[in-house]
Amino acid sequence: MIELITSLMAITLRSGASLIYATVGEIYTERSGILNLGIEGMMLMSAVTSFATVYHTGSLFLGILMAMLVGGAMASIHAFLSITMRANQVVSGLSITLFGSGMASFLGQRLGPESNKGYLVGLVGAKFEPIAIPFLSKLPIIGAIFNQDILTYIVYLLLPAGWYYLYKTRNGLNLRAVGENPQTADAMGINIAKVRYLYTILGGMLVGIGGAHLSLSYAPGWTENITGGRGWIVIALVIFSMWNPARAVWGAILFGGINAVQFRLQASGTTIPAAYLNMLPYLATIFVLVILTWWEALSKRVGAPSALAKSYMREDK
Amino acid sequence: MIISICQPYALCAWPFANFCFRRETKKVTTPILDMKGITKRFPNVVANENVDVELYPGEVLALLGENGAGKSTLMNVLAGMYRADAGEIFIRGKRVEIDSPRDAMRLGIGMIHQNFMLVDTMTVAENIILGLPDLPFVPNMVDVNGRIRQLSERYNLQVDPDSRIWQLSVGEQQRVEILKLIYRGAEILILDEPTAVLTPQEAKELNGILQQMTREGKSAIFITHKMEEVIAFSDWVRVLNKGRLVTVKQTNRTNPQELARLMVGRDVLFRLEKKDHDLGDVALELTDVSANNDKGLPALQGISFRIHSGEILGVAGVAGNGQKQLVEILTGLRNVSGGKIRIFNEDKTNKSPLEIINSGVSHIPADRIARGVAGDMSVANNLAMKCYRKPPLVRKGFLHPARILDLARRMIDLFSIDTPTPQTHAKFLSGGNIQKTILAREIDACRGLLIAAYPARGLDVGATEFVRKQMIAQSEAGTAILLVSEDLEELVGVADNIAVLFEGKVMGILPSNKADTEKLGMMMAGVKLEETTA
Repeated sequence: MIELITSLMAITLRSGASLIYATVGEIYTERSGILNLGIEGMMLMSAVTSFATVYHTGSLFLGILMAMLVGGAMASIHAFLSITMRANQVVSGLSITLFGSGMASFLGQRLGPESNKGYLVGLVGAKFEPIAIPFLSKLPIIGAIFNQDILTYIVYLLLPAGWYYLYKTRNGLNLRAVGENPQTADAMGINIAKVRYLYTILGGMLVGIGGAHLSLSYAPGWTENITGGRGWIVIALVIFSMWNPARAVWGAILFGGINAVQFRLQASGTTIPAAYLNMLPYLATIFVLVILTWWEALSKRVGAPSALAKSYMREDK
Repeated sequence: MIISICQPYALCAWPFANFCFRRETKKVTTPILDMKGITKRFPNVVANENVDVELYPGEVLALLGENGAGKSTLMNVLAGMYRADAGEIFIRGKRVEIDSPRDAMRLGIGMIHQNFMLVDTMTVAENIILGLPDLPFVPNMVDVNGRIRQLSERYNLQVDPDSRIWQLSVGEQQRVEILKLIYRGAEILILDEPTAVLTPQEAKELNGILQQMTREGKSAIFITHKMEEVIAFSDWVRVLNKGRLVTVKQTNRTNPQELARLMVGRDVLFRLEKKDHDLGDVALELTDVSANNDKGLPALQGISFRIHSGEILGVAGVAGNGQKQLVEILTGLRNVSGGKIRIFNEDKTNKSPLEIINSGVSHIPADRIARGVAGDMSVANNLAMKCYRKPPLVRKGFLHPARILDLARRMIDLFSIDTPTPQTHAKFLSGGNIQKTILAREIDACRGLLIAAYPARGLDVGATEFVRKQMIAQSEAGTAILLVSEDLEELVGVADNIAVLFEGKVMGILPSNKADTEKLGMMMAGVKLEETTA
């Protein structure tokens, strides 16, 4: 039993880490009032480019850097369209997902070595190895927490830091104000466009790391559609976390945990269709949305940023 | 019966009459603010043309003008929200460029906008420190709260730094706005129609705070279109008309009549003539009606009243005391949680809007843009919107465009709606003409009961007069009218009886010729009619 829980935890953490990166990233983007539905495409693009970089250079560091660059660059397209051009953010985000998915699959057939006809599929490159923390990793049950790779350890810091930054610092205050009420933030001397660009791009970089985590740690290598819809799960997770980075952990554990349970169930040859388990996270998200809509006082406290997906210009009436 | 709306003007200035101290204005050599030749154009409109403003330390300046005269635009230029197309601004004699609200703040200029600039979900303290230029990376909220408490004590602006904005009343929110400016050390305060949302008592407090701040050498500019506030609040008054500066006057050397004439550029008829006429049967009867607001909390409790045909019942009260819900239950837009509504002696409790329309009820909604017109449809279609279901506008289930156009032309003519063509989209009309469009449609369709919410709100003097006269004419023709308004002058002048709402309850109903503003003010603050006489 203990062995079962331990292995469930290990899988949960590993599959949850990439979700947490992307969720925290998207929370920051949405907190500034920008809705980015391009996550799926951005994760795929960073997964393929980071794996290619690592394969050719052997440097995991460069791989992560590439993922952040690609994620940030794609987010800046979205930022330009929705902030400067004031385009419809849903349309812009969806086009980025469509573009990213197609492009990633194309790059997967071009960025590989000549010996493999340019294909990346099936190749093995460097990957993040678990670093066992002496003594702590030997503990029963929670030992798995301390036997992870560096990307997962960073997640442990990212969650509290993400919360502290949003709720306790000057920049976090400005960010929240911009997403809630840009007119007010503007009148208080905050540069709306700057804040929105900054956090859309920063969010894109975190999403990029989330994508790289898939191809460099969780399922090392490149396969078509490596994300398996994780980009959409992230959108749901942001709602499930009620736009608070600290709460992203519960969503990721829930989603990651379901993943882990699924593995075990399949291994034990169950007859329960996997679809039922896959449904659970989305049902949970719908449940949260219903509660938020029904209970207004709660939604004032933890609901969506009021200006989400609304463009802003000062002299608009 | 003739009711003169502003006749004893001293009476109109009632909330302020007994606490208005006139100070001798001391002239300091350099003005703290000097705006020269400000011009601001919007596409198709010149909002300000060559306007000058001069303000000395310790002075209160009133900017008076009709809606659309360019007052708010001018102040938004000063506060860095808009960029002027021409003109210069000097602060303490030094020429400055104000490109953003941040620049304005640095120069000690702070503005309280008409729609408060507060983030609903954040706390009072967070709102106050938002965007402060010298805020440390991690603000020490204990210190911040301490300083806020200190300031609120000094200026008598009681508010809890830890409460969230959405939990506060409008009056409290205004206190937060004032604290925000004081906290930032603003020297020039701009207030855009500050009393619009306040009870007379709260307006009185605001005046006290202004007095204290000017005694400390701060200066203030406030925007208004109410003459009595100019008289009570200001040392100087500048009148704008159609974007131009018409006059500069020392307040104690002018009078409301003169200001009104300057404001509209002609003499205003401040009298409404009402003929005595007989009342008919009961048109609307509410018995012990209760309803909830969107949050599910009680908004109306035990409301009972009747309106007879030919009677105008005014509903007074500070915004947010149940007026919105009252109008909604009467027009089928909200269900009651208890009680009965009878319209022309038939039970219309919780019926659909269509059933209520069919029983002869017309509705002039409070939010004329959201609920009054379809902005992207033509004026003609908007005018036909209430009677398009029936012949002659419809024939065998199809609309008859030529007849709709005929109807529209007739109404445009009758109500002098200023629109380029009947096909023009309604959203391109000015606020006053949108209101005339709604009025034309609703009066035309009205068969006995008119529910009018703030029909003259935000309209200029000419349009206001038109709307009020129409109401009176309709009542003389036998229509029963429920008139919800926050303008006491309007209620006293137009309505036959006035009911005062406070926290969803009727504080009393009194004939308008027995309603003095002192009494109404007390009732609006929650005193029952019986207790006011005691």
